[in-house]
Amino acid sequence: MWGWFHRLGSPKSFYEISGFLLPAMFALAGVLLVTGTVWALGFVPQDYQQGHSVRIMYIHVPAAILAQSGYMMMAAAGAVFLIWRIKLADIALQCAAPIGATLTFLALVTGAIWGKPTWGTLWVWDARLTSTLILFFLYVGVIALRSAMDGRESAGRATAMLAVVGLINLPIIKYSVDWWFTLHQPSSFSLTEKPSMPIEMWLPLLVMVLGFYLFFFSVWAVRIRTEILNREYGTQWVQSL
Amino acid sequence: MNILLATIRRDLLLHFRQPADILNPLVFFLIVISLFPLGIGPSEAVLSSIAAGVIWVAVLLATLLSIDVMLKGDFDDGTLEQIALGKQSLLVVVFGKVISQWLVSGFLMALMSPLFAMMFYVNTEGMIAIAVGLLLGTPTMTLIGSIGAALTLGLKKGGVLIAILVLPLYIPVLILGTAMVESAVFGHSYTGHALWLAALLVLSIGFAPLATQMSIRISLSQ
Repeated sequence: MWGWFHRLGSPKSFYEISGFLLPAMFALAGVLLVTGTVWALGFVPQDYQQGHSVRIMYIHVPAAILAQSGYMMMAAAGAVFLIWRIKLADIALQCAAPIGATLTFLALVTGAIWGKPTWGTLWVWDARLTSTLILFFLYVGVIALRSAMDGRESAGRATAMLAVVGLINLPIIKYSVDWWFTLHQPSSFSLTEKPSMPIEMWLPLLVMVLGFYLFFFSVWAVRIRTEILNREYGTQWVQSL
Repeated sequence: MNILLATIRRDLLLHFRQPADILNPLVFFLIVISLFPLGIGPSEAVLSSIAAGVIWVAVLLATLLSIDVMLKGDFDDGTLEQIALGKQSLLVVVFGKVISQWLVSGFLMALMSPLFAMMFYVNTEGMIAIAVGLLLGTPTMTLIGSIGAALTLGLKKGGVLIAILVLPLYIPVLILGTAMVESAVFGHSYTGHALWLAALLVLSIGFAPLATQMSIRISLSQ
């Protein structure tokens, strides 16, 4: 039953399978992102208080969601690598960190742009903003450790360790910061609960979130493929490509 | 238990024979704290309102400076490798090292903190809260810092890297510690904050040495 799973874990078959899936993933991500953006910018009604600035939400919220779940996925890859020593998990961790850091940065920047018209300030020391900033620092830590240990055998396990430690700390940091100061509204996007915003605003957001997820996975897969080729350079199957 | 006591004794002896390693972070702590009044001005109202934050942040930085040497000496001369190869539990040794490290860094800074609180015009309740908070918070910092120290063993530029890895993880302790002082200064009860700090301490006693031990093994496996 687990045969397919083990096969996917080997760099070679990951390379083959992802090569087969990638064009479709990129196409679907592109369609979703374009549809979502056009829908959000052109057709979604204005907010009765925020006016047109509410449209920033369609970039901000997906980026923030991906920033967090990207860290989860990265740390999960780290745990898999620490426990089962699957080489692909190490590569996945290494490749997810820069994408996650970029999306976290994007969430911070769009948040600042959105904050200016609505809150009247680019930055406030608010709980959600601060914990996103800390998330960014955690990503930077993983990238920094990785690059400092470049070329070492143990680099992968050390980075995985750090990612897992960060994951355990993340809820503690989040709650302590929440407790510290809150201005940001609580999350208003969820798949399981009834949306708190009108459906014509929520649907394009859903499209954008899905598009961001697919985009994340596509870019992740491309990076993993490059890194596989880099590491397996000497092997026969890479040479014969 | 014997191994724990032996490790604490050995590390303390090493520290006292090489006092620069423990004194330098403490002196750094003193200087950083004294810089703030010079930079901000001696106004009593301003100083007393930033006192808790300044002292806590200075302690964070000084802890980071001292944590760097916790494993380095033993790693460089191969002792750590022998300990890891030996049949006694590395976990217990890590515990012992953290305890002795804390005794010569965080513990001393917590003892010194009321003095600085006084120099920053904090009232008596605030002074007590700073000292109690640091007594509860600094062991957590040493424990979390030991993970960073173990991960960066053998790296040339370990020092700055430890700061990047570990400082974000210190944020809960910092928030709770300074909030505790704030409510003490205004005469409110701060038991809740102290209990939260204690809870974080218990949590890190449980998990951090495990992570440190694993990280030491990772770093030794070069």
